[in-house]
Amino acid sequence: MTLSLSDPTWYPIASSDDLPFRHVYQGQLLGRELAVWRADDGNVNVWENRCLHRGVRLSIGINEGGELKCQYHGWRYANRSAGCTYIPAHPADAPARRIQNRTYPVREAYGLIWSAANDEQAFRPFAGAEGHDWFALRPMPVNAAPEDVLAALAGLAPDDQPADLLPGLAVRFGGTWYFVQPVDAGRAVIRGLLREQPADAVATLRHYNETLSKLRDRLERAAARKPAPEPLQPTFEKLSADLATMPDIAIPRGNTITVVVRRKWTSADGVIGFELAARNGHLPTFQPGAHIDLHLPNGMTRQYSITNGPGELMSYIIGVKQESASKGGSKVLVETVREGDLLSISEPRNNFPLRRDAVRTVLIAGGIGITPLLSMARFLDKSALPYELHYFTRAGEQVAFRGDLEALHGKVILHTGLPRAEIGTTIASALGQWSMAQHVYVCGPGPMLETVRDTATAQGWPEESIHFEYFRNDKVIDNSSAFDVELARSAMTLHVPSGKTIMEVMRDAGLTVPSSCEQGACGTCLTTVIEGEVDHQDVYLNRSEKASNTCMMTCVSRAKSARLVLDI
Amino acid sequence: MPSIDPITRDLWQVIAATDEVPVGLVEITTLLDVRLALTRDNDGNPVVWRRTDEEQGDEIDPETVLDRLPVITGYGYIWTSLGTPPKELFPIPEYAEADRKNMSCGSIGLAVSAPRAVENFLDMGHFPYVHTDILGAEPHTEVKEYDVEVSEERDEVLATRCKFIQPRAAKSATEAMEVEYVYRVPHPFCSVLYKSCPEDENRRDVIAIFLQPMTEERCRAHLLQSMIDSTSTITDLRRFQQTIFGQDKPILENQYPKRLPLDPRAETPIRADKSAIAYRRWLSQKGITYGVIPMAS
Repeated sequence: MTLSLSDPTWYPIASSDDLPFRHVYQGQLLGRELAVWRADDGNVNVWENRCLHRGVRLSIGINEGGELKCQYHGWRYANRSAGCTYIPAHPADAPARRIQNRTYPVREAYGLIWSAANDEQAFRPFAGAEGHDWFALRPMPVNAAPEDVLAALAGLAPDDQPADLLPGLAVRFGGTWYFVQPVDAGRAVIRGLLREQPADAVATLRHYNETLSKLRDRLERAAARKPAPEPLQPTFEKLSADLATMPDIAIPRGNTITVVVRRKWTSADGVIGFELAARNGHLPTFQPGAHIDLHLPNGMTRQYSITNGPGELMSYIIGVKQESASKGGSKVLVETVREGDLLSISEPRNNFPLRRDAVRTVLIAGGIGITPLLSMARFLDKSALPYELHYFTRAGEQVAFRGDLEALHGKVILHTGLPRAEIGTTIASALGQWSMAQHVYVCGPGPMLETVRDTATAQGWPEESIHFEYFRNDKVIDNSSAFDVELARSAMTLHVPSGKTIMEVMRDAGLTVPSSCEQGACGTCLTTVIEGEVDHQDVYLNRSEKASNTCMMTCVSRAKSARLVLDI
Repeated sequence: MPSIDPITRDLWQVIAATDEVPVGLVEITTLLDVRLALTRDNDGNPVVWRRTDEEQGDEIDPETVLDRLPVITGYGYIWTSLGTPPKELFPIPEYAEADRKNMSCGSIGLAVSAPRAVENFLDMGHFPYVHTDILGAEPHTEVKEYDVEVSEERDEVLATRCKFIQPRAAKSATEAMEVEYVYRVPHPFCSVLYKSCPEDENRRDVIAIFLQPMTEERCRAHLLQSMIDSTSTITDLRRFQQTIFGQDKPILENQYPKRLPLDPRAETPIRADKSAIAYRRWLSQKGITYGVIPMAS
């Protein structure tokens, strides 16, 4: 038998006991090295043992519970997806591109961790697996060809009780099952299971260890007399071409994903929680502060922040404000969508990235604005980074996600029913004076954002330390101007008349223009400006970005000059 | 035996610190998969040849060694070549300044290719994680924009305006400071770093790393410091640099593949890696194949 890199058989690669709390185990299978780690939610990850950045083994990384952190540059990868969530060298940017490590299938069963080189075969329990309380023996590594190890194990069977050879390099006699983990062409690990718990575990382990040690010595003596087999030559997959180029800050344009509404509940007075689950497997990687576009049954699209913590990818939890006078988006969701319904969402996008390099992080939420900040608090919480979360609501019963907030270890302060004037002074004292490496994140109603921005500025907080996300643009859009836009890459000049947006004119000309909120709030249509003076009307860009005159939102913003040249 | 590309063959390659090679006794080493022996004659001049049956520590009369490899000394080290080397070593003019403390800081074996070690030397992003509380510390993890160019005139990679906040940038530093670095890569396996000097704001400390490619996946790092430091002893300065390098070693030895992949699609670059990207391209354009995984043509 020759080993193959593409062998789809499931083999045991570790004992369950090899994966204690926050540990990373170095596994091996078919010539490949694996980083094996258990997240705090119990999920076991089996990844290629290599950081995608500079090839350092992830098995020397740090298990942070929901993310694995590389030792070399602190890149973090999410539980389940192995998607990169944070690059400390560029703390203000969301890793926009889809940097995702290679994952292998995994199953934990009978005291062992099982994996396979690919997912061509579904995991099937070995014959006779069910209905027993399995006891895992200590693994015995052997420097010999896996097939020789299997043959030698079969030879251990007593004469009157011949061994059963089982599929997948396994053998059984009596109540003992042996599995040979093919590490490489000339290396194997024997993993044994007993069908029931022995009366004296230590004596039993010792007995088997002695037997298997003798077997190993015999096998290794024999192997030394034979020519060493050629090791398997696994290759690393190439990155996608777009990952290989030097990245600018870019907004990923993802596919849509169908999710099922697993749970819908009243999280607080006026806030409905929705749990949106993947139909199979897990959902894509997201970063704290990210949102999804939710495509509603009536054709509308709305943005909702993900409230989840690190590595929680089995479902996204969002909060929807139930507005009595609401038309459109949230009304449809709240009134017509039911548990079990299918909805279409975008891949997560992040216009509100969280820096994890702050000495102090202040999170300020107003009402439904708690949703992205809850996610941020959970990420900071898991990494034991300091933060203060201030949550303003009109009344105590309007506090959404109360149970989740109570589970946090950081400083969570609820401010309920404060009169308007007091909100200002509370924000002022919550912020305090700025010092280096302090950041504030705010999400809530427009006036509250303005208060935080103004107060912070007055108290010495520089613009780059104030981070905010608007739900919507409350400004009245002035669309009276008329001007020309020259699209540099499309080699096209279009006239934008008063009453029409740049985006509408581009669409009329047959261009596909990504957009989402179409009110200058979400950042989807961010476009680079090459020439001309922009009349900014959005709430997405900050003051210095607007002043730089190098980018704009084509859904609402216009030109002050007669002509704009855009990088489209 | 792997083939040695002609560029690598004709370069000067470092093999030992001059004053660590005893007069009349054999030292052995490996360069580009070739076993070498070396010694110094009575005048202290190094003699290098292809090793046959000599052993480390053998007594030898250097006069009897006839088939010698080219030798040059510079920056405290002995350099040789398996081909036809240039007249001179690349310049480090600061080395000649009278008031500097020049010192070799040891030769450290690394189970990784020489270009991987060069790239690590050029990298600032790992300071907070690998050299925690010395060259960097969380939360100051940001690598700000810097400039990189390949100087055609001098045929070297040059990175300037590199800035990083460091808790203890040098032996003589007492508090955190934003240090400015300039990196030069004047030789495919050597790099020179200039960093702001805590003692004199108008001058720069110089730290250089000279990699001896022993095999494609193994090298020795020879370190040079040329410092403006009136208080620290040479032992202190050496210890500081060895601490730093001792922190890099385990990370470098856990890098896979051990040879530096030159295909842009092998590993994920970020903006902070501009100098590494330029270095990989420069190696590729020069036609270096030793210690790298060349781009599939």
